[in-house]
Amino acid sequence: MTDTHDAQQEQDQQGQHQYPPSTGEYWQIAAILAVLTAVEIGLYYAGQAGMAASVTIPGLIILTILKFVLVVLWFMHLRFDRPVLNRLFIIGLIFAGVLYGIVALITLT
Amino acid sequence: MATETAHAPQTNFNVSNEKMGMWAFLGSELLFFGAFITVYLVYVPRTADGPGPEVFDIPFTSVSTFILLMSSLAMVLALAGMQDGDLRRFRTWTLATALMGLVFLGGQLYEFTLFVQQDGLGLTTSAFSTSFYVLTSFHKVHVAVGVLMLGTLWFMSFTGRIRADGQGTNAVENVGLYWHFVDIIWIIIFTVVYLIPVDLVT
Repeated sequence: MTDTHDAQQEQDQQGQHQYPPSTGEYWQIAAILAVLTAVEIGLYYAGQAGMAASVTIPGLIILTILKFVLVVLWFMHLRFDRPVLNRLFIIGLIFAGVLYGIVALITLT
Repeated sequence: MATETAHAPQTNFNVSNEKMGMWAFLGSELLFFGAFITVYLVYVPRTADGPGPEVFDIPFTSVSTFILLMSSLAMVLALAGMQDGDLRRFRTWTLATALMGLVFLGGQLYEFTLFVQQDGLGLTTSAFSTSFYVLTSFHKVHVAVGVLMLGTLWFMSFTGRIRADGQGTNAVENVGLYWHFVDIIWIIIFTVVYLIPVDLVT
């Protein structure tokens, strides 16, 4: 909280987004998340109805990444916070990706 | 808030120890769930002639997903209430978050019951079922822990440990971070486990 406020003061001086976001912004993000989820479900059924997997699968992955990023940046306030917290989280993501990559390689070979 | 600023131990990065610790924990949790999602993707085709992912009820799970997603909104609104010094708003949205978490848990447990009783998909039916139950059950345990923490915060607001003058704001923010993390993990599980067709995963 207070750390976020300190970081925000620096960001304000650089003309970046304000912390904390207004409740209106939170509702907007939630509405976007709801719409993205609805599109995801629509894509699932479109796939069931015969839409090409080359469209539905990348679409689903992109929508999931978008939702993930929206929650992390806006609801978890990582957009406004200290870069060191970003790094801590990204390190975890990279490790998880590397783990998946290694297992996928072993499984495929 | 100002009171906490003065007393909260700070790291060299000018971030409180609690917050740094929470983010480090969440980073490690990514690896934790990454491992289980990886295992699921490896074992999803191994159904041992038992039921497979076709038993999933997409409309039902979609509603559960929507509820969990909206609980994240309720959580930030609770934090915003706290930041504005509005304890009543904090209590209302904290309670709403916890209730939505409970509804999600109830829905998931109901779904599990149907899988076991109607579809014959038990924990040890196949490698697929084991990896599915382990992944989603660990997520449910996280949701349950989150609900307990939210309930604790709610009670603390009546005992004076969370106050309108900002006392306890850091605790609310850290519990909020945990809750949003539970939400983003479900965002991934919902797509990877429920929405992407198995034959394409494999």
